[in-house]
Amino acid sequence: MSEAPMPLWEVFIRNRSGMPHKHCGSVHAPDAAIALQAARDVYTRRGESVSVWVVPSSAITASDPADKDELFEPTGTKIYRHPTFYKVPDDVGHM
Amino acid sequence: MTAAPAVKDPKGKRASAPVKADALFHYVLALADDALILGHRLSEWSGRAPMLEEDIALSNLGLDLIGQARLFYAYAGEIEGRGRDEDALAYLRDEHAYANLLLVEQPNGDFAVTMVRHLLYAAFVHPYVQALQQSRDVRLAEIAAKAVKEMAYHVRHASEWVIRLGDGTEVSHGRAQTALEELWMYTGEMFTLPESERRLLERGIAPDRMAIKPAWDATLDRVLAEARMQRPADRWMQTGGRAGRHTEHLGHLLAEMQVLNRAHPGAKW
Repeated sequence: MSEAPMPLWEVFIRNRSGMPHKHCGSVHAPDAAIALQAARDVYTRRGESVSVWVVPSSAITASDPADKDELFEPTGTKIYRHPTFYKVPDDVGHM
Repeated sequence: MTAAPAVKDPKGKRASAPVKADALFHYVLALADDALILGHRLSEWSGRAPMLEEDIALSNLGLDLIGQARLFYAYAGEIEGRGRDEDALAYLRDEHAYANLLLVEQPNGDFAVTMVRHLLYAAFVHPYVQALQQSRDVRLAEIAAKAVKEMAYHVRHASEWVIRLGDGTEVSHGRAQTALEELWMYTGEMFTLPESERRLLERGIAPDRMAIKPAWDATLDRVLAEARMQRPADRWMQTGGRAGRHTEHLGHLLAEMQVLNRAHPGAKW
């Protein structure tokens, strides 16, 4: 009997219509259908969600933590990229 | 016409329709017992399931059923009109007073037994509560409307696992097929109409159990085909649960489930 390790899946849930899906954790499951059920059972028990995505963790290409200086450090001095130099009208709402 | 006005006589007199109120009480109580006993069985998996994800899933399924049981018990207590609440009905009745199906009291066994048992039950209850939504008893229709969404997911969850176990390894297939063979004799009871239910059926309060059979057959045949499992031949069916004649397993379950309330009556936490 083979005991292959159970694949890992990343779980994204959308808690309100119109808002983007957000990463909330991961589950182990043998395939996509079971992963979706497991995600529903583990991460949406308190009415958090109107939609669930699961993605094989192996499908994600991630940045190397060792590269963080060259990837992210240079932006620290570019404060002019932050939209803080003008006022957002109140009725624009959520941004 | 609904059953509710006749049994909600403020003076608690049921003389106007004694047979009906009593039949309705027993009918609702049996629905509650089915849900509670299977819900308790699933709760026995807490902390012991084969994987974390399924541990939580089994608890979710169990909580759905216990929630349904509470609504049925609360209503049964009102029909009876003797002051018994849901706790009194769940914790202070002995084995012979329980009217649940023999299927739901069967031990969890391994994961395959639990999933096959759940498929056999959910594939029946989902279409049953769909039909119960049209009951002329408003309370039952309301409880059914809540249960129908929950049971749709139960069918899906159990089906997906039975398919993977049946169409999995030699070992998982063998366990799933054995579970099906061993539980099969308890499936006939779901489609057996107790005498006390006949009047309720005629009055449009209880759905026709036999009319549910084609939907159950269709679900089961679809899942078993995909799971590469053999549907057992219909043979002699074990019944008796509705009349309080249970297998040896229910007494042990009740002992564990009821011990706290019996040792500390009215305990709160």
